[in-house]
Amino acid sequence: MKINKIILSFISALALLLSTSVTSFAKVVGDKIILGSAISLTGKYSSNGVHTQNGYNMAVDRINSMGGVKVGGKTYKFEIIYYDDESNPKRAAQLAERLISQDGVEFMLGPYSSGLTKAIAPVTEKYGVPMVEANGASRSLFTKGYKYLFAVLAPANLYLDVAIDLAVEKNGGKPVKIAQAFEQDAFSQDVRLGILEAAERTGSKIIIDDKLPKELNDMAATLAKVKAVKPDVLVVSGHTKGALTAIRQIAEMKVDVPMLAMTHCDAAKLSKQHGKNSEYALCASQWHKTLTYKDKFFGDGMKYAADFEKEFKYDPPYQAAESSAALLVFKDAFERANSFDKKKVRDALAATNMQTFYGNIKFAPGGQNVDKPMVLFQVMCNADGSKCENKVVAPTKWASAKLIHPIPSWSER
Amino acid sequence: MDFLIFQVPMLTLQATLDGVLLGILFALIAYGMALQWGVMNIINIAQGDLVILGGYIAYFMYLWGIHPAWGVIVSPFIMYFVGVGIYKLVINKVVDRDLFISILATFGISILFMQLMNFAFGADVVLANSGYGTTMLFDNSVTLPNSKIFSAFISIIFAIGLVIYMKKSKLGRAIRATAQNARAAKILGVDTEKVYAATFGINAALCGVAGALISITFTIHPYMGLPYTIRSFMIVIVAGLGNLPGVAMSGMGLGVFEEFADYILGTEFRIGSVFLLLVLILVYRRFKLSRKREYLK
Repeated sequence: MKINKIILSFISALALLLSTSVTSFAKVVGDKIILGSAISLTGKYSSNGVHTQNGYNMAVDRINSMGGVKVGGKTYKFEIIYYDDESNPKRAAQLAERLISQDGVEFMLGPYSSGLTKAIAPVTEKYGVPMVEANGASRSLFTKGYKYLFAVLAPANLYLDVAIDLAVEKNGGKPVKIAQAFEQDAFSQDVRLGILEAAERTGSKIIIDDKLPKELNDMAATLAKVKAVKPDVLVVSGHTKGALTAIRQIAEMKVDVPMLAMTHCDAAKLSKQHGKNSEYALCASQWHKTLTYKDKFFGDGMKYAADFEKEFKYDPPYQAAESSAALLVFKDAFERANSFDKKKVRDALAATNMQTFYGNIKFAPGGQNVDKPMVLFQVMCNADGSKCENKVVAPTKWASAKLIHPIPSWSER
Repeated sequence: MDFLIFQVPMLTLQATLDGVLLGILFALIAYGMALQWGVMNIINIAQGDLVILGGYIAYFMYLWGIHPAWGVIVSPFIMYFVGVGIYKLVINKVVDRDLFISILATFGISILFMQLMNFAFGADVVLANSGYGTTMLFDNSVTLPNSKIFSAFISIIFAIGLVIYMKKSKLGRAIRATAQNARAAKILGVDTEKVYAATFGINAALCGVAGALISITFTIHPYMGLPYTIRSFMIVIVAGLGNLPGVAMSGMGLGVFEEFADYILGTEFRIGSVFLLLVLILVYRRFKLSRKREYLK
């Protein structure tokens, strides 16, 4: 009896809460353009989720303080409604549904990670709500024929294929032997596809092709194999834990390999956590602050990094930079569309062709950004390893340091 | 490629040694589980999360500039009180109930711990560097990280210390008496409530030691606890309760099994193969039991 009462009162409280929160926002309220985003503020993606949110907020403040968005002769300001998706795809899809059908949001910003973007994209597509996303790189997002999805970043299959080209080039144009270990999630498997294509293109051979589990914290077996077969390049992609585990065990097991290419180095704070052991690792990055792209809101990368550091007290990872770029894209599209009609904004987004501090942005029909190459940086340390820096080494156009190749053997380090 | 391990004998040796060192560490966690399972009849699903929490203690010491190896001393101290706290708040209410209730309760604690750690420490994967270097054997073809050797060594010391403590000390005797027959122990003046709290505390302390060692050898992350729970559960199932040599042997066996599974099936099946083995062992045990019953009929 008592329990029934409790349940009843709980339900009525819930109903009350719901009925009060349905006061729907419209897409544009007064002089505000309301954007919605489900974002991982808790759960396993929370650190990158926060980078994403910081990137969004920084751009909102900057655009609003520099005149806002001009549509139909009137000035509007951006505002974002955030919900915490708990790093859970199902929750993210529910929240997208809620943002659109309850809160009346008509323009969306993406969540963090390919998996969550994949969960949200069908929802935004169903309602014809344009979504600009900055943190879902999986190629499968761009092959589904989505019309309302736009990604400011390069797709995952382009993350590390540059490294294979580089290895071949250093090998005098001859094919190389590749060892690779990839986690089995959408993103890493796309990176793997990119490597397979690069291997085929260059005639290179893949001699170790390991898959890493989600709960990875030991890859000694893979590395022992690498040690035994001596490949020319070792490629590892398993998010931050893959990068950290690989560097720790490569150093402990003294695995000598001429080139080591990875993803998620800056998210893993590789050089901070591992110091000199992380030296010479090559890392794929969407953006680096030394790149010289420019726009009028943030200036260039160095300026962005300095402003970001001032506001949030840490060096911006590329996850933050690309998130900021997403808002620049929205602003540009609204002004060109000169309307808040979803269809017109969508068409304006599709016709985007602009430069931001983060890079050039131009969308392919699938929605991915085709105008911005990935960069590779190499971790370089001073003699005693007290200070390590990431220096861009490829593509040559943006390089700020020369690639060190091959990696010196552990007996010399 | 899959069978490279059998073509290169050094790899076989490498895998075996890696497995043994790893297995000793697993055995330490399993020993704690066996102890409190035996005494209180509670299967602690939060075991792995206690391990990770212990790891974070060592990690924070490392951040404050203290060598993380001291974590094996500090972490069990703190974790002992965490364990007693959990006992006083939750476990003492389920200790006399059936196994299902206690599994649910500890499962809840596990989820709570994961979320709290994620909230307090962030979702980043972290590690503590011991700077212990590497031991090279056979002309650099077999490498053993000293951190792994250190882990195994410390685990053995703690296990032996605990065995002696259980045999000689008053509390140890009280714990063993309670495990044998809680009611009789109570009648003879043993404060079983205290014994239970101490047992849970000791288990948490062992998890703390293991966690500190894991932060030195591998990586820690708020959501990485469950595989450690599963492993220790399995080791205990194989070895049985109150059988320390059995726990040590089955721990090492599991370690070696995992390493070989890693080489032969691939790293992606490493944890999967542990689950598969668990199912096989449970089925086999059941099969054996049912045969026995038929025989008795």
